[in-house]
Amino acid sequence: MNRWLPFEWIAALRFLREGRMQTLFIISGVSVGIAVIVFMSALLTGLQANLTKRVLSAQAHITLQPRDEVARPLRLGGKDLELAIVQMPLQRVRSIDQWQALMRVLQDDPAVVAVSPVAAGSALAVRGDATRAVSIVGIEPDSYFRIVRLPDNIVAGTVRLSSRDIVIGTELARYLGIGVGDRLTLTAGARTSGALTVTGIFDLGNRQVNERYVYVPLRTAQSLLDLIGGVTSIELTIADVYAAETVARRLQPMTGAAAYSWIATNAQFFSAVQAQSLSSGVIRLFVALSVALGIASVLVVSVIQRSKDIGILRAMGTSRGQTLRIFLIQGALIGLIGAVVGSALGAGGLLVFHDHVRQADGSELIPLVLERSLFVAAALLATLTGVLAAMAPALRASRLDPVVAIRG
Amino acid sequence: MADDVLRLEKVRKSYNVGRPNETEILHGIDLTLGRGEFAALIGPSGSGKSTLLNIMGLLDRPTSGNLFIEGHETGSLDDRDLTRLRGRSIGFVFQHHLLITAFTALENVMMPLLVERGFPDATMKKRALDLLVALGLEQWQNHPANALSGGQQQRVAVARALAMEPALVLADEPTGNLDTKSAEGVFEMMREVNRKSGTSFLIVTHSLEIARGCDRTIELVDGQIVPAGAVPAAD
Repeated sequence: MNRWLPFEWIAALRFLREGRMQTLFIISGVSVGIAVIVFMSALLTGLQANLTKRVLSAQAHITLQPRDEVARPLRLGGKDLELAIVQMPLQRVRSIDQWQALMRVLQDDPAVVAVSPVAAGSALAVRGDATRAVSIVGIEPDSYFRIVRLPDNIVAGTVRLSSRDIVIGTELARYLGIGVGDRLTLTAGARTSGALTVTGIFDLGNRQVNERYVYVPLRTAQSLLDLIGGVTSIELTIADVYAAETVARRLQPMTGAAAYSWIATNAQFFSAVQAQSLSSGVIRLFVALSVALGIASVLVVSVIQRSKDIGILRAMGTSRGQTLRIFLIQGALIGLIGAVVGSALGAGGLLVFHDHVRQADGSELIPLVLERSLFVAAALLATLTGVLAAMAPALRASRLDPVVAIRG
Repeated sequence: MADDVLRLEKVRKSYNVGRPNETEILHGIDLTLGRGEFAALIGPSGSGKSTLLNIMGLLDRPTSGNLFIEGHETGSLDDRDLTRLRGRSIGFVFQHHLLITAFTALENVMMPLLVERGFPDATMKKRALDLLVALGLEQWQNHPANALSGGQQQRVAVARALAMEPALVLADEPTGNLDTKSAEGVFEMMREVNRKSGTSFLIVTHSLEIARGCDRTIELVDGQIVPAGAVPAAD
């Protein structure tokens, strides 16, 4: 006997050891359940992180823009009479009022990680006879690259952006037949940028973005879009990407600007992610329930099988509390051992899945996300489930009348 | 009296109390067992011996009357205190030895000490080993309980009953399942322990041979103690 183990632990371990096959089978059952939970959770986390990363590769978590211009009803001569039909106004490219002051407010917000001003609008990219409609994104590189990690996605050249430089996507480069060091011109309305040198070509993993977006310095965009000193949006990165909608709702009245979260912008994607999480959660709940029922049923049988042992232990002075703990510990141990084995199985399954299920080009299909917190949570969940599942049989054992138990 | 290990005063026990089928099994038992006594409790089947033994062993409560263990009145004790008193003062030997098969012979003997103290230690191991040596079982100490013969198991059960050095050992048909030779061995062993340690024994038995080997015979018939008299002679 281990001298550091209290009586209840010794008895629990011996009972589990003696019921070898029974213990082996229930631990195997728990392990499979935990392996499924770990595998599904990690796979889903990786999948969602990957999808979210792709969606957020070229956009901010929150974008602040000027509110839409609204037509004001015409009042005649100060009386109550109004014109019934109001034509929707055209939405011009406008700057956010007091954007520098707003930036300072946003930078001080605890939820906000990075803030960057953007001047964006439509233009034509011209290269010889070829033209392409593009979206100009005028940025301050230092702050903007904390929001959209353009430098990580450069496939040719660099992201150097001095006043006569431009960074374009792979699709636009292919369409216009240009590469790093070549020149192209941007035309927005009556204004022309003059020749801009392509310093970098990016691939943000989105064909439309690679075809449409061109990045220029903020001042170049302001000049081209006739927006001197102004910005069309302020883009934000926040600490908790999934809290974007809540933060946007909070910022909107605070700033007076319209705040759009990536969740609202990609509502369909986000609801799909939520549905996926919900269905996965339901599956995990039922797996956990079946694990709990398995543990409970084995321990109920164990209490019946061991009623004489319980009776004799009670006759020897074992209290009801000690008896209760012997069976609760068995439940906890089954859960914990099952969690350790199951976590290893789940992680092994993920590694095999990750190595063998790949995209056509050999790159990973779903990133491997094995966080320590997942295993800790699985261990805690399984142990707690084991204890809860053992509660009914343990109470039954503790309430056994020793006379009846000994008589059998 | 202070030197009484066990005292029962007008102990009654009924089942199905308050129901139409209420049955009284014990009808006002008065009984005293002194320190160091070696007594037999005999009586026909259904006379209430097991019920009386369970009450004396604090495994069951009387319906009325008083029970004193080493001078402690037990009627007012809650379940926890009764369990504690039972663990410290009373050792049990059952007919079907009832060793715990998940443990070795030595560990079974250690068990009451482990239950009492919470953690295993060297002194309790030594105590258990001394008992096994005294009972001639040292070579079986590391064998699982169910690997021993019936006689060996019963001797281990006696050793276990003595582990806490209780004032009283209650033995319910301790030789009932043993062959004659083993039965004699177990009985002699208990007798020897009684002589050396002064532990009181109350042995429930159907065997007149066993009863004759005891210092005193208590006869229970129809839930009542028969006044002291001679045990009928063997045929």
